[in-house]
Amino acid sequence: MNGKLLIAARILLPLLVVGTLSGCGGIEPWVKPYERDKLADPIMALDGDPVSTAYIQHVFEAREGARGGEGAAGGGCGCN
Amino acid sequence: MIRRTLTIAAFLMAFGAAHAGVLPDDRTDVLYHLYDGGGVEIDGPSVLVRKKVGKSLSFVGNYYVDMVSSASIDVITTASPYTEERKQWSLGMDYLRGNTTMSVNYTVSEESDFDGETVSFSVSQDMFGDLTTLTLSYALGDDLVRRSDDPTFEQPLDRQIYGVGLTQILTKNLISSLNVETVTEEGYLNNPYRSVRYFDAGSALGYSFEPELYPNTRTSNAVGVRMRYFLPYRAAVEGEYRFFTDTWDVEGHTASISYIHPWRDFTFTGKLRYHDQTGAHFYRDVFSRSQATNFRGRDKELSPLTSYTFKLQAAYEFLSDDGNDTWGFIKRAKVTASLNMLSVDYHDFSDLSVGEVLGSEPLYQLDANVIQVFFSFFY
Repeated sequence: MNGKLLIAARILLPLLVVGTLSGCGGIEPWVKPYERDKLADPIMALDGDPVSTAYIQHVFEAREGARGGEGAAGGGCGCN
Repeated sequence: MIRRTLTIAAFLMAFGAAHAGVLPDDRTDVLYHLYDGGGVEIDGPSVLVRKKVGKSLSFVGNYYVDMVSSASIDVITTASPYTEERKQWSLGMDYLRGNTTMSVNYTVSEESDFDGETVSFSVSQDMFGDLTTLTLSYALGDDLVRRSDDPTFEQPLDRQIYGVGLTQILTKNLISSLNVETVTEEGYLNNPYRSVRYFDAGSALGYSFEPELYPNTRTSNAVGVRMRYFLPYRAAVEGEYRFFTDTWDVEGHTASISYIHPWRDFTFTGKLRYHDQTGAHFYRDVFSRSQATNFRGRDKELSPLTSYTFKLQAAYEFLSDDGNDTWGFIKRAKVTASLNMLSVDYHDFSDLSVGEVLGSEPLYQLDANVIQVFFSFFY
């Protein structure tokens, strides 16, 4: 079952990526720059305090067996 | 031996705030941290300085110290209380070109019985009218594990971290992110001081100890999703979920919900976090005999457990960027205080400190307070 899923993922994932990228030119931003004032508010920052976030991640990684995948990803609000 | 966990956290700090089409703000953070719980007290400073040079380069440096005083359950069971200090330096650079940001970061960590070096790279690209940011990252870690009681003991540990992050604006009130991270490690993964226990009828308590022995490879995968929503009034709510799995059979689910509420010059944050995990396949609270299995460990962090964290944070902006008042080149400044109350229930880790005979020891439970106070200056 897992093998079939893996094969399907290997075929479908590149198709999805190619399909997505080939459509890049045609995608209109559905949230216009002038509609991003709320997203630009500091309270919407996914990682407003990187030193504090890194520290508390360190605490959780030291106290639990899991690691990674938590916290902020790259990316902003596109407000620049 | 606090060590390698910080590498991944440092990796997050290096790239966590990366924005593709714009360089991060110039800022300086001076933080004091204190962890107090389970007989362990760790405190120290962390200082971060970030500064742009020209329009396309930003440099960042961080200095971090852990001063440890430990009489933890592991230590009082099989060793003696100790104190130690750990220092970490990192230096990074971000280069912006069009909608692409390329970053490089170098981190060095030093302890009396551990040295770590990590080099990391990332590329972020804004797409679709800046609604989407894709980040690819890679880090290579090269560590050396030693023993404080044996100068001849020295074992290498290599680590690679692969990350893919996607941040997506979904509506004018909702931003989301997806993170996938794979960590592969090869080398000396167990703690050179920790022991496992096994049945021993000849012992007064019914058990004895022997050194733990871990596999020398570990690969983990984590997938995390976050959503932050701007409420109809000026406040935000965030939900987060992370699924974790690794080749040691640890499987974890982590979920949290946060509420962020600004009021005048203050911003208040409350957060509830829940984590639940299974234990590693070679973990036992007590083994049936000496050298009962090929690999054996009794690290409570690799045992089945459930943890709960409640966070309260308040930030006060004492210098606003409103053009009326500045402190020389500093445009904005704030002070933040936060308290995380962490509670961990271990489902298969006995508290041996009570000295009960085998079979009648209670399960261990940990409560810890994590305090942070930091000043942030923006310029």
